[in-house]
Amino acid sequence: MPELRATLRRLQLRLRGERSGYVLMAPYLLHMAVFFGYPLLFAFVLMFHRWDIVTPMEFVGLKNFVRLVRDDLFFRALLNTGIFLTIHIPMQIIVALFFAELLNRPLRGRGFFRAAYFMPVVVSGVVITILFQQLFAFDTGLINRMIRALGGEPVPWLVSPALAMPSIALMATWKNVGLYIVLFLAGLQHIPKHLYEAAELDGANAWQRWWHVTLPMLNPTMVTVVVLSTIGGFSLFIEPYILTGGGPLNATLSAVLYIYNQAFYFNHMGYAAALGFCFALVIFVVVLLQRRFVETDTWS
Amino acid sequence: MRRLLLYLILGIGLVVFAYPFVWMGIATFTPEAEIPELTLLPSRWTLDHYRLVFERLPVWRGLLNSLVVALAVTASVLVFTSMAAYALAKLHWRGRETVFSIILFTMMVPFLLLLIPLYTLVVRLGWTDSLLGLIVPFMMNATGVLILRQSFLTIPRDLIDAARIDGCGELRILFTIVWPLSVPALVTVGLLTFIGSWNEVLWPIIVVREVQWMTLPQLVALFAVGGGAEGQLGPQLAAAFLLALPIVLAYLFFQRYFIQSFATGGLKG
Repeated sequence: MPELRATLRRLQLRLRGERSGYVLMAPYLLHMAVFFGYPLLFAFVLMFHRWDIVTPMEFVGLKNFVRLVRDDLFFRALLNTGIFLTIHIPMQIIVALFFAELLNRPLRGRGFFRAAYFMPVVVSGVVITILFQQLFAFDTGLINRMIRALGGEPVPWLVSPALAMPSIALMATWKNVGLYIVLFLAGLQHIPKHLYEAAELDGANAWQRWWHVTLPMLNPTMVTVVVLSTIGGFSLFIEPYILTGGGPLNATLSAVLYIYNQAFYFNHMGYAAALGFCFALVIFVVVLLQRRFVETDTWS
Repeated sequence: MRRLLLYLILGIGLVVFAYPFVWMGIATFTPEAEIPELTLLPSRWTLDHYRLVFERLPVWRGLLNSLVVALAVTASVLVFTSMAAYALAKLHWRGRETVFSIILFTMMVPFLLLLIPLYTLVVRLGWTDSLLGLIVPFMMNATGVLILRQSFLTIPRDLIDAARIDGCGELRILFTIVWPLSVPALVTVGLLTFIGSWNEVLWPIIVVREVQWMTLPQLVALFAVGGGAEGQLGPQLAAAFLLALPIVLAYLFFQRYFIQSFATGGLKG
């Protein structure tokens, strides 16, 4: 009889587990259905309609997409994001690796330096952007004043269409690189010492050890940096919004800024949703390609 | 010699990453005409910029709005996300793996796809120009589920079974047994959520148009863009400095937790 009671008890607990599983999961699932599921489905409805929120929606079929493939500004935003990423990602990796390598040496005050480099990461993008608005200013900006004091020509950071996006990429690197220093540093500290010893026994010099041991072992971190930076590049908003308003000559128009303009300046909700869908598609493909070409199977 | 060079380079890094903040802090107390000059300290200190900021911007109201939003979002994420993470880590129920895959999928969908439909939903709910519109859509968080689930998985089964035999309900087990054993993960999720909400500016700009419901980052951003500062640098920098101050102060005291949390969040994201 005690066995039967124990079995019953276990069954009871199991049933309770089943029921409480649903009960505990319910608030999350409900929220997900309303604030993720519904918007996701509605995005697919909205992009085939014309809608200004006030008057009723009007079905327009593929018109939004026909318009999109002819929209210079859509491609301009893609190009701008591309420019941003080709500068931002390599610069981020090089600077972060450089400082991570330095901080991986035995030295005093390592925590202090790490904490100082990390500071821009936690501060609001609004603060960083207002700060750089002043640093980048052509006549009065701190950077150009320094350049002039050293006898150089002032740089048209945000004024020149060719330089505006690279300047924003520089600023974004300055803001984010502290996070990647920390990630690379953690990666470096997890590389087993015996790999270096083995490489040394095989006659590899310092550079070869770095190239054949360190770099492959950091690959997972590298993938993280590349993917996070890519998503960040497509989400740029407050930086051009404050610094340039998307100008000069649309040179800093970003994906999110363009969606924002279409939706809230022109009230083109349907077109903005179509833009969102296409940008999301591009992000998906780009991240997939990056994973394919950056990720290597060093572990097996 | 090598050592000296190493510290020299690290020092240059220090100037590059930290000095702009120091410069900004000093500039907010510098007379407008002197701000662009290459001097380390102003000839005289002034509070004019802050006076103008407090005259033009409802700073305290913005601060209050930001605090209410960030605290509400953080508390909700901690409670509800824990419940979900506990159900996924420690309870057996049909559909568990499917639900977990769906949550992983939600993390892969870029926010810019949801931006417009989510906005129209908030409009339909009548939550524009209210703090509800800023809080409710972000009351749950998939990254939080992931981090907490990972942590809950390490808690021994026997401990939870013992509590069940003693007649503890699952909610009580979660909050009195599992929570105290998962403090680092809770700190990580709490900090990431709070800072994320505090620094968020795109969503408030979209949802809130009335000054009385604006968060501090939104007020400061619109102040810089909208010409409220009359093109003066000092007040813009002062407003930005006020916005940075709470986070920077918190960072100075708890930087270990900040760095650890952001590193975890970065790897999961």
